[in-house]
Amino acid sequence: MVSAVADVHDKHDDHGPASGIKRWLYTTNHKDIGSMYLIFSLIMFLVGGAMALVIRSELFQPGLQFVQPEFFNQMTTMHALIMVFGAVMPAFVGLANWMIPMMIGAPDMALPRMNNWSFWILPVAFGILLSTLFMPGGAPASGWTMYPPLVLQTGDAFPFLIFSVHLMGISSIMGAINVIVTIINMRAPDMTLLKMPMFVWMWLITAYLLIAVMPVLAGAVTMLLTDQFFGTSFFLAAGGGDPVLFQHIFWFFGHPEVYIMILPAFGVVSEIIPTFARKPLFGHDSMVYAGSSIAFLSFIVWAHHMFTVGMPLTGQLFFMFATMLIAVPTGVKVFNWTATMWRGAMTFETPMLFALGFLFLFTIGGFSGLMLSIVPADIQYHDSYFVVAHFHYVLVPGAIYGIMAGVYYWLPKWTGVMYNEKLGQIHFWMSTIFVNVTFFPMHFLGLAGMPRRIPDYSTQFADFNMIASVGAFGFGLSQLLFVAIVIQCMRKVGEKATDKVWERPRGLEWTVPSPAPYHTFDEPPTSLPTYKGFE
Amino acid sequence: MLKKLCVLVVGALFAGSAVADWALNMPEGVTDLSAETYRLHMMVFWWCVAIAIVTFGAMIYSLLKHRKSLGVEPARFSHSMKAEVTWTVIPIVILLVMAVPAAETLIKLEDTRDPDLTVIATGYQWKWHYKYQDEDVEFFSNLERASADARRVGSGVDPFTVDNYLLEVDNRLVVPKGKKVRMLITSNDVLHAWWVPELAIKKDAIPGYINETWFRANETGVFRGQCAELCGMDHGFMPVVVEVVEPEEYQAWLNVRKDDGTRMAASD
Repeated sequence: MVSAVADVHDKHDDHGPASGIKRWLYTTNHKDIGSMYLIFSLIMFLVGGAMALVIRSELFQPGLQFVQPEFFNQMTTMHALIMVFGAVMPAFVGLANWMIPMMIGAPDMALPRMNNWSFWILPVAFGILLSTLFMPGGAPASGWTMYPPLVLQTGDAFPFLIFSVHLMGISSIMGAINVIVTIINMRAPDMTLLKMPMFVWMWLITAYLLIAVMPVLAGAVTMLLTDQFFGTSFFLAAGGGDPVLFQHIFWFFGHPEVYIMILPAFGVVSEIIPTFARKPLFGHDSMVYAGSSIAFLSFIVWAHHMFTVGMPLTGQLFFMFATMLIAVPTGVKVFNWTATMWRGAMTFETPMLFALGFLFLFTIGGFSGLMLSIVPADIQYHDSYFVVAHFHYVLVPGAIYGIMAGVYYWLPKWTGVMYNEKLGQIHFWMSTIFVNVTFFPMHFLGLAGMPRRIPDYSTQFADFNMIASVGAFGFGLSQLLFVAIVIQCMRKVGEKATDKVWERPRGLEWTVPSPAPYHTFDEPPTSLPTYKGFE
Repeated sequence: MLKKLCVLVVGALFAGSAVADWALNMPEGVTDLSAETYRLHMMVFWWCVAIAIVTFGAMIYSLLKHRKSLGVEPARFSHSMKAEVTWTVIPIVILLVMAVPAAETLIKLEDTRDPDLTVIATGYQWKWHYKYQDEDVEFFSNLERASADARRVGSGVDPFTVDNYLLEVDNRLVVPKGKKVRMLITSNDVLHAWWVPELAIKKDAIPGYINETWFRANETGVFRGQCAELCGMDHGFMPVVVEVVEPEEYQAWLNVRKDDGTRMAASD
């Protein structure tokens, strides 16, 4: 009896999506939810980008021209929060939703209703966060790191900031649980763990990192809340508390967070380079081990963000050595990608271009990261524009190029039409030129002594700031091209894509039709393409 | 503005005298440790350049030679234990070469014993307060007037006409050349950080903590830095200016300061 009801229900589902707004509000379909995540993150990327342009406008020349210092600080804070939690993380969750079930031969995510909820929390969280811009005292202005005591000087926005961070954390944790349960339980029968595609592997590791550290962030901001409203003194020196404790807790979250934003990009790039080199990924298993080592090390390096707070010498030495060690597995990854390209037969479609842009420019960010690990030198670099250059190199041509490479790679599978290749390549070259014009001069500014998070600067920094601002506007405008390309595909304008889309892709996602039907892999696939090789 | 941009572009193309005043690199500074820090920075930088030449070289070679348009057949290899071990071990060796001198310098940086004089620097929103320990001399150090006026929105003052825009204070921290100066750094409200690039010192000012650091300047001169930890609205407007003078001059300055202090106390 019960099973009969379930059968009827299943059949009903097969008719496809409901129509209108209800489809999106009530959907439990991994493809719909994936699309919503991706569109949401694109909107947040544009909002956060607009804030970056406010920052770069003010910094175009010395003196204050457009905004008050307090509003400038609100912009830097909101730009970071929105880009980290609103743009990069949801974009990767969107890719995970779309691709993980299709890559492991599962019909959907394991926990579809939770999936719906974890998405719909996000617009609420960011609605709250953005509404603080209009509150008395303005939006949070103490940096995305929310260091006390300064963060406690936030106006009415303070509890809303904490609440929105809580919501983002809940959403991320639910998304991560879903990814883990799906990967562990719903793989195609023959797919052992080491046969999983690299994107799935990197996401599995990322999901564990998320579960481990998002509650830590929640704890840290809750302590801020009770310090402000309930008379505790976790971080207040006057009450016997310790302001540095917050930094330790925050960065225990914050450092793994860095890898949460980059490991899925590693996964995307590891899918794309083999396809366009027409050659299997070099060292599949060692890529898995390298990713796992990076994840492990990310838990024991947090205090390298704090070399100037006055730690004991032994502590500084430990965190310096542990941080330097991260260069080893990261190097293994870069060398393996290079070896994948080696003696391949490469073509350079847009996804490959973005993957290559990632490879070169992320490596530059890795070099500055290595420089930052050297404590005496870090004392000079710390909180200067050198750090701003470093993390933008790993996040923009790193994480964001990873996302864009993935979108171009899978967009034909999602929409059934090829994106406009010519526009895509223009988008790549414009982005790559301007991203360097924007962020490379920041290395020089930092070395010359310009602190970060300042709305105005001494005249000796004028030239490079002007160049960086020009680059930022160029980069920002180039992204409108990306929006146009995506909209074109969503409106099905373009050449029809084949099921395989590319000449020699591998993986289960290319065995289903383009566009991917609403339901895929109702029956698990009986045979697997070999993941380690093509033969 | 357009003219300035053109100059910039031309300057970038013919990197010569036009860009001579652009600071591109970390200053070598005026202390033994700032020079050591600079050398460490350059050592790691050149290692990175060397690694970049090898890895980017391999990538670029591959991009040029291993392309389908040249009619090559893709190879089929997919792993090599030998290669993996090689590119794990070589980086570890390079890291060890970097780690040893870095640790040595760090140990020296942390050795604050036996100072010749001690100054307590306290961060306030948004100025520094300096107190010379055992000397009865203390004062606030604010952003100098000309900068403070020019930096307002709509001030109408061109920052380029202000000497040392945002990097000048009303009362400089004066210290003697060749003496070990211990800085005790703390804060009265939120976090700040005391940074002077030429001295290679940056230390957070934290309420409830007294952080220690030190320097011994080998040259006289005026060295400028800024608060380096976001401390609110006027974070960008609380510079640090250290004036290093000959020891005799320092003593004379100290005496004048003490007299001033006594006079001010008497007139109260």
